[in-house]
Amino acid sequence: MAGEESRKSSRDDRGTSRIGLTLFWIYVLLYGGFIGLVLFRPDLLSQRPFGGVNLAIAYGMGLIAGAFLLAIVYMIACRTVERGGPPRG
Amino acid sequence: MLYESSPVAIAIFAAFVLSVVGLSFYLGRKGQSAQGYYAAHGEIPWFVNGIAFAGDYLSAASFLGICGMIAFNGYDGFLYSIGFLAGWIVALFVIAEPIKALGKFTFADALDSRFNSRGIKLAVAISTLVVSIFYLIPQMVGAGDLIVPLLGLPHTAGVILVGVAVTMIVVTAGMVSTTWVQFIKGSLLVFFCGILVAMILNRGLSVGTGAAADLTPQVRTVTPDGRVLVDGRPQTEEHDLRPVGTLASLPARYAGKTATGPLRPLEYLSVLEDSTIVTWSSTKHTDQAGTHTTFTPVERKGSDLLKPGGYFRGLTTGKLADRLDFASLMLALFCGTASLPHILIRYYTVKDAAAARKSTVVGIAAIGAFYVLTLYLGLGAMTSGALDPTSTNMAAPLLAKSFSTTLFAIISAIAFTTVLGTVSGLIMAGSGAVAHDLVENVLRIPMTDHEKVRCGKIAAVVLGIVAMALGILFRSFNVSFLVGWAFNIAASANLPALVMLLFWPRTTKQGIVAAVTVGMLSSLAWILLSADTFEKVYGWSREASIVPFSQPGLVTIPLGFFVLVVVSLLTPPPRAVRRHG
Repeated sequence: MAGEESRKSSRDDRGTSRIGLTLFWIYVLLYGGFIGLVLFRPDLLSQRPFGGVNLAIAYGMGLIAGAFLLAIVYMIACRTVERGGPPRG
Repeated sequence: MLYESSPVAIAIFAAFVLSVVGLSFYLGRKGQSAQGYYAAHGEIPWFVNGIAFAGDYLSAASFLGICGMIAFNGYDGFLYSIGFLAGWIVALFVIAEPIKALGKFTFADALDSRFNSRGIKLAVAISTLVVSIFYLIPQMVGAGDLIVPLLGLPHTAGVILVGVAVTMIVVTAGMVSTTWVQFIKGSLLVFFCGILVAMILNRGLSVGTGAAADLTPQVRTVTPDGRVLVDGRPQTEEHDLRPVGTLASLPARYAGKTATGPLRPLEYLSVLEDSTIVTWSSTKHTDQAGTHTTFTPVERKGSDLLKPGGYFRGLTTGKLADRLDFASLMLALFCGTASLPHILIRYYTVKDAAAARKSTVVGIAAIGAFYVLTLYLGLGAMTSGALDPTSTNMAAPLLAKSFSTTLFAIISAIAFTTVLGTVSGLIMAGSGAVAHDLVENVLRIPMTDHEKVRCGKIAAVVLGIVAMALGILFRSFNVSFLVGWAFNIAASANLPALVMLLFWPRTTKQGIVAAVTVGMLSSLAWILLSADTFEKVYGWSREASIVPFSQPGLVTIPLGFFVLVVVSLLTPPPRAVRRHG
């Protein structure tokens, strides 16, 4: 019984870890893209693609909101894994 | 500028500080065992722990430093906000759950969980102390800056006041009181900053009037005998530097008007972008009469201030070294959060990995909301006509003062509590490193549970004294700038070892010791040899520095990974790896 629980816990850990790493790399791409723009195409950040505010502010706010959004996605996905749903590792 | 203290401000401030210290004494009864003192018995509810993360993390650098940087330089301060928050992604997705499972009281417990090595405990304890001390400096500087206008006391008095209060908080109840202080502080900070931003938006933007609209250059002189002159005459309350930071003109659509009235959040940014703003540059020169700082008004387009390059000037020069410097800082901010000892030990205060994850998500929500507010606070201060040209760190409290003295007192008291919360977390992490890692595990001095707690408390008092001394020494620095150093050292020393321990089974104890030692020493050496340190600490020429850019992370973080891999491959694999072939 304890062995089965331990195996389930280990499987859950692998599942949540895989979800975490996937979301981590998604954010790395978003963050890296932003830093890339600041370093190499700062002119693009002055443009106002969304009307009111420039891309520098929109992207920056987006990164902050995006972090929260991914955190929520992670929490829901982990709960699904811990309740026995996909993905199984 | 000279500041006049108000009785209301003093009363509110005293009420805040006494409540926090009183709470610590009340909670002191719960933290008498080592498990209680260092890890709050692992019984802190995840929501409380999440807000306490915000309390721990939103330090003087976030509140005072970023607001000041935005107020004086525009968008670039917001880059710190973005980097600081991004670091939580590493904490949530990579570190949170494993560290809860691996550790007990300190960061060294987690790194040493598979090895039982004195070498690891020694290296990590020293790195914890170094990072904590580097992080303590800006907090103490911020405390000193706050006390000047609030209580009318000198900077040194503020540093000593916060040092004494924090030491009392930590010594009375350890992690239990530290957590609740941070919970209260985190909640108040986000709530009152939200109110302040609502007031900024309700006030809208208006063309500067009064003393702040006087655009004559101002000169502050410190004579060789220590007297302060303003425009050649002794500084008095009647003859002082004028407050600065105004709008020169509104966009064309407000032609004939001097004020916009209330604005919506995005509208505020859009109007500011189309306005013209007066910022003040400063230049310093020294002659026989003393050191003269000349503050000169510069009219700038809002669109220029709301794009990168105002503070990180190198981004606009196109020089490779400047770009690398910026990239290095942003990498350190990203990697540093999940390597900060005072953040990592907070994972031991909840009951399990799921609670660690949930508390991190709550922390991200609170911290993210706060960082969005910092942009408005900074820009609000920039156009408030209330900035002190000599102090970037005072932008947020002075912005509050432009609304009312009571709000100023509340915001200053919260800022001071901000410092109390973060410093108490840092001193907790440092005292754990000394008592639990160094004395108990490295020196192997046998201690009863009660002695472990007493040893931690003595270490907390010593760290408190060190923090006070450093706060006085580094008083003229922008606090965000100083925090950048702490992030670089933490990321270089701790992150490679932590990540490789979690994801590479071939990691050996020698590899961990080497990575922590090399990461810490190389980043520290790089900082001490950098152009920023040459100029701002030693007072030497920037050109004399011998490293190509000031922020070390871009070199020293990969170096930590490289050293760990090489040393691990050169030493016998851990037993578990040998067993599985």
